[in-house]
Amino acid sequence: MGVVFGTFSMHTKQVTFRTDNVDDELEMTMVCHRPEGLEQLEAQTNFTKQELQVLYRGFKNECPSGVVNEETFKHIYAQFFPHGDASTYAHYLFNAFDTRNDGSIKFEDFVMGLSTLLRGTVREKLEWTFHLYDINRDGFINKEEMTEIVRAIYDMMGKYTYPALKGDVPKQHVDVFFEKMDKNKDGVVTLEEFVLACQEDENMMRSMQLFENVM
Amino acid sequence: MAAGVATWLPFARAAAVGWLPLAKKIMPKPPVDKKSRNDEILFVNVSGLRFQTWKNTLDRYPDTLLGSSEKEFFYNEDTQEYFFDRDPEMFRHILNFYRTGKLHYPRQECIQAFDEELAFYGIVPDIIGDCCMEEYRDRKKENQERLAEDTEAEMATDTPLPPHSTHRERLWRAFENPHTSTMALVFYYVTGFFIAVSVIANVVETVPCRPLKGSKKDLPCGEKYSLAFFCMDTACVLIFTFEYLMRLFAAPSRCKFMRSVMSVIDVVAIMPYYIGLVMPENEDVSGAFVTLRVFRVFRIFKFSRHSQGLRILGYTLKSCASELGFLLFSLTMAIIIFATVMFYAEKGTKGTNFTSIPASFWYTIVTMTTLGYGDMVPNTIAGKIFGSICSLSGVLVIALPVPVIVSNFSRIYHQNQRADKMRAQQKVRLARIRLAKKGTTNAFLQYKEEGGFHIHNHLLHCLEKTTNHEFTDELTFSEMCMTESVGYRTSRSTSISSQQGELTSCCPRRAKRRAIRLANSTASVSRDSVQELDTLQVHKTSAGPQSRSSLNARTEDLKLNCEDRDFTAAIISIPTPPANTPDDSLPPSPAIPGILRNSRTSSYIHETVKISSL
Repeated sequence: MGVVFGTFSMHTKQVTFRTDNVDDELEMTMVCHRPEGLEQLEAQTNFTKQELQVLYRGFKNECPSGVVNEETFKHIYAQFFPHGDASTYAHYLFNAFDTRNDGSIKFEDFVMGLSTLLRGTVREKLEWTFHLYDINRDGFINKEEMTEIVRAIYDMMGKYTYPALKGDVPKQHVDVFFEKMDKNKDGVVTLEEFVLACQEDENMMRSMQLFENVM
Repeated sequence: MAAGVATWLPFARAAAVGWLPLAKKIMPKPPVDKKSRNDEILFVNVSGLRFQTWKNTLDRYPDTLLGSSEKEFFYNEDTQEYFFDRDPEMFRHILNFYRTGKLHYPRQECIQAFDEELAFYGIVPDIIGDCCMEEYRDRKKENQERLAEDTEAEMATDTPLPPHSTHRERLWRAFENPHTSTMALVFYYVTGFFIAVSVIANVVETVPCRPLKGSKKDLPCGEKYSLAFFCMDTACVLIFTFEYLMRLFAAPSRCKFMRSVMSVIDVVAIMPYYIGLVMPENEDVSGAFVTLRVFRVFRIFKFSRHSQGLRILGYTLKSCASELGFLLFSLTMAIIIFATVMFYAEKGTKGTNFTSIPASFWYTIVTMTTLGYGDMVPNTIAGKIFGSICSLSGVLVIALPVPVIVSNFSRIYHQNQRADKMRAQQKVRLARIRLAKKGTTNAFLQYKEEGGFHIHNHLLHCLEKTTNHEFTDELTFSEMCMTESVGYRTSRSTSISSQQGELTSCCPRRAKRRAIRLANSTASVSRDSVQELDTLQVHKTSAGPQSRSSLNARTEDLKLNCEDRDFTAAIISIPTPPANTPDDSLPPSPAIPGILRNSRTSSYIHETVKISSL
């Protein structure tokens, strides 16, 4: 019996040929980038030298080539939100950090973004957030863009939430947002409307203070 | 990679700023950082070789020696360093594991030494990276086999008997290891001698001897001296029977013994004699009786007890079965093809030997194995052509696989075994690695001194506040789906209407959810805007921060763990503007109508909660 089985097992062995795509990967990792000097970065951002050192060490560990591409970025961000799917929001975040729009984030971009968000003025933070929401960079946030962002955020929650996500919750959320932000009811939110509305919102200002100076 | 996650925590918190304009509620306060997060360099002295590394690097894997508080036992106050009296070369690899997250196996090191070092530093070998895993496994298996052989050989030689062994055990041991006692050795050689005698007698009794006086025909010696041969046969069989019965008596597990190959050979060797005794000297059955005598030749296999080589050969053949089977299969295919062809080619010839296809099999086999007896030859031209093709292909079919089989045998055999085992072990191994990874990530996120975990927890709370939904697990989610129709009643009254969720099955002691509606006179309120008290359930897990038990940690969801004995539940209500009330533009007053307390707690306490993440 074993002989019979052995015979047939030998016949059905498949041979797979591995395509040689190792070379492509090698090429990609050759791209290397070194950041500007520590002094310059310290001057440009609101971080101290020690903080920059700590940040760079973590950055370099995760991305030895000196640049983050979108895949790595999504992967890192997804680790913080294991319940849901953080990739869409990470995509928008990536675009927000990638100020030069070339598909990669260098350490300088990263640190600048962090400096604005953690150590910047309220106005700067709000501007940054506006740029995050304004997906097509036309200076206006319309309902579609906002819906995309809100959906991305709800995606991070995952499926198992309380209360369950029924109906079109993101859309309603967007409606609420537009009620608050769109002062002249023209269907889009400009930067000034956005900043004004946020500054009027006491809760938001209080929440923003909670994120002051964290590292 | 778990290692980098902590350093990206500030980035994740910065990104949370993007949620703020959308948040439906105020963000919760971040946890207080008790200690300043200044990183420090640790000195590790391993047998004189000094290593330095960041404390953070070692903290990445808290369930190992270097990552936990166990290293404090090795701290030397005078020199302000951690001293380990171990191999410095190996330590280099261990430290690289902390730095890169991948454990590599150094090929020039002894596998056992490496294993010992891993065990000392509390690292599970399953984490070895894929690049080195195969080599590691091979070496380990080799080592284990060698050790097993050594111990076997050791046991086989003169190990002293346990003092109070019974006669049975001693007898068994004498049979298995004849070198232990003189009696056993004598018996061993006697049986060997009689096996030889029996086999020779079987052979000789068919040789023709000089005929009896007065008769011309040659007689086989067996018939001439039938009495002598019969006596010899009887003596041999008696000894074999005696030996078999003794072995059967002495065997520790009789069933297993009776099923073993050697005992089957023994039985087959002596059975024909007894059957011959029982059967009458009848002409009809004598034919069958003679056939039975053939089985006496199996006595030669009894030699395998005496010869290691025979045993190895038998084992080899048994393990080479699939390759032999393939050879047989291809041969059979070729034989059938050529026999058919030859039969039809020679069909027309008068008086041909190729009377049928099975008759042609003989010709094909003889030709393909290049024997060429010549008892069957083709006469037609077509037959001759196909005959020559047959013999050429025979050379190929037979000559090629045989050396390939011989050389492939060990390679394919070992490969197959490894592949099958690996496939079977792969699942287990992956599960263990996942568990180990989760354990390290969980424990890492716990961040016992630095409170980094709390920050992560805070981040998830912020997300909940932004969307006004909470994380739950699958169980409660499905429960809620079932009971949603019963759940919510919205009323327009300004009184506090308490509602109770029907979540009873999992945690009977979980605080019930209550809904409080703010006063809202005008618009109808959809379900989404029903104000709820947020039930923040934070469970205290059993594993303390100082323990190294994270490898066995259960991966739990953020919220619910119904098996925990004590948990704290604090219910805080935070007001939110109702969803679709167009004329309600007043910012709600941050009143806190009431804080329901569980009998256990009194405040919002952060406890360590395990988050499953990779």
